[in-house]
Amino acid sequence: MAASQTDAPAALLAQALSKSYGVRRALQEVSFSAAPGELLAIIGPNGAGKTTLLQILAGALEPTAGSVSLDPGEVGWVPQQPAIYSKLSVRENLLLFARLEKVADVHETVGRMLEQAGLSDRAGDPVGTLSGGNQQRVNIAVGLLGDPAVLLLDEPSSALDPRQRERLWEFVSALAREGGTTVVYSTHNVVEAERYADRLLVLADGELLFAGTPAELERATGEHEAIDFEGAFVRFLRSRGH
Amino acid sequence: MRWLLLKDLRILRRSPLLVALLVLYPVVIALLVGVALSSGPSKPKVAFANLVAPGEAQINVGGRQLDATNYASELFDKVDPIRVDTREDAIAKVRSGEALGALVIPPDVIERLQGTLGLGGGERPAVEVYYSAENPLKRRYVQATIDSTLADANKALSDEIFKQAARYLNLIVVGGSLSLPIVGDVDILGLRNAQAIVDGALATLPRDSESRPALAQVSRFARLAANNLDVSKPILASIGSPVRVEEKAIAGSKTSLDVFAVEVAVVISLMNVALLLAAGMLALEREEHAFGRLVRGLVSRTGLLLEKIGLAGLCGWALAILMLAVLAAILGLDWSRTPAWLAALAFAALAFAALGVAIGALTREVRAASLLAFMLALPIAALALVPSGAVGGTLYDGIRIVSGAFPFKPALDALDAALSGGGLAAPLAHLAALTAGFALFARLTLRRFA
Repeated sequence: MAASQTDAPAALLAQALSKSYGVRRALQEVSFSAAPGELLAIIGPNGAGKTTLLQILAGALEPTAGSVSLDPGEVGWVPQQPAIYSKLSVRENLLLFARLEKVADVHETVGRMLEQAGLSDRAGDPVGTLSGGNQQRVNIAVGLLGDPAVLLLDEPSSALDPRQRERLWEFVSALAREGGTTVVYSTHNVVEAERYADRLLVLADGELLFAGTPAELERATGEHEAIDFEGAFVRFLRSRGH
Repeated sequence: MRWLLLKDLRILRRSPLLVALLVLYPVVIALLVGVALSSGPSKPKVAFANLVAPGEAQINVGGRQLDATNYASELFDKVDPIRVDTREDAIAKVRSGEALGALVIPPDVIERLQGTLGLGGGERPAVEVYYSAENPLKRRYVQATIDSTLADANKALSDEIFKQAARYLNLIVVGGSLSLPIVGDVDILGLRNAQAIVDGALATLPRDSESRPALAQVSRFARLAANNLDVSKPILASIGSPVRVEEKAIAGSKTSLDVFAVEVAVVISLMNVALLLAAGMLALEREEHAFGRLVRGLVSRTGLLLEKIGLAGLCGWALAILMLAVLAAILGLDWSRTPAWLAALAFAALAFAALGVAIGALTREVRAASLLAFMLALPIAALALVPSGAVGGTLYDGIRIVSGAFPFKPALDALDAALSGGGLAAPLAHLAALTAGFALFARLTLRRFA
């Protein structure tokens, strides 16, 4: 866990973000901050607004109100489904997005990303022939091409098997721990959130219900009997009327 | 945008089936149209039963023997005859589908024809024609072929009769020798000779001769008759073709059917390539989930649309030029207007590509975009080809409005003007306006998507 996150200057600051689709309010005045090197998980039931929040943070969606401290170009974004071209090879995908990102040394950056993602030996393979886990690695590598201070991951492990999930989280954790990258990710898997996140944001019906560590969430349920984290999360949501 | 364009070209290169279809489709269409236009229609198979006894096909017209088989043979220039011996055999060929139709010459046709020509009265000769009703198009084709051939044969026969009639008239007017069956050669005095003889006799008569008025009357009659019968020759000639047709186009172009077929084939191919490519390549960005990643600062939505329009327009343009070049070589079109061809095809390609991105912006998947493009392309092409007068006035006005809202009709007009030397400015301006309109529609539609 990153030490003294709250004392460090924020790498990312979201202020009163709201998003409405007609009369439906997908997000309601959500504010939070993330420190450098922090792993921040966004959890919540279906339709809570997790993807909407990440899309606004990434600059892919305009908020109805509120602001984000970083421009889209300063943030790496990894959408839920791999946003890469299946007919291009791993290297060609990385080269394309590196050029579009106007990265200074394209070939050096791509080589480093291939190394970092452990895909050097598959660099020439078309992405469509890779496993889901490897496609997600390429997806994340593309998000990291611009060397962003903040990386946003939308349900990064949803399509992966347990072994692939384990390798993915090792990779992502190393980015935060060793590279100092702030990682904000959404997930349905509250166990993953408890295990890998420094802090949690709990969203329900577009409203931010909780911001704190997993231990603080467990304490917030007010239950003292021994229950697992998932049980504590469900009780927390019920206690808030969700 | 350059990198996106290269990316799309690379993806196309790795989609060999798609590229093969895009390249082969217009080439095959071009070759089919070229072969169809250069070879003409094939001869229909027609069963032919000549029931006239051998050696009895001679007709006597004014003492001259004509062979009726010479006229029947004209038919064989236009059909592929299957010769049979009986009427029943001819009908059986049609029933079995071996022949599209049957022509039967009855045994009494020569006798009746001779009677008609000899002013002997009786029924007019008739030939029998049988059609297969299996397919209305085939029936109409065979019917038209046989009817036109019989009309030609009738015309040839009437021309021959006219020649004989003119010879008779000439004999009556100027005199000469006429050969008659049995009687042999007969000298005909002729009206002019008769007048000369009467005038000679008149000159020898005294002025107060009682015979003079009667002979003067005969002389005047002979002169008037000779003069008027001379005039009657052109009247007789007009009987075969009493009405002469003068054709004058008062609107539209003077494009031949061959060139029009080329224009339609080229524009349909251009439409399919540009429309499908633009719609498919834009939909692919969303199918691959790359759209959201691209438009969050890497490429603007407008830039993305322009890239797709440029790519699809360029590919469609290149293939249309190739196709037009092949057809122009086959048909011997005027190459001096090549710059106009290129301009017309370029504007048309951009308009179809803009319509394609509008379709691509509406859909999330390549398959849905392709289906929508096909479903839209076929009706707009069909509507644009509906001629005025084929439907009611109000409906035609509606069709014109719908056709004008899509690029097919103005593309056809532009290519027609480019090939035939008409005014290009109006159709090009129309295509440019449609390009801008569809691109704007696509841009507004893309605002909905992240």
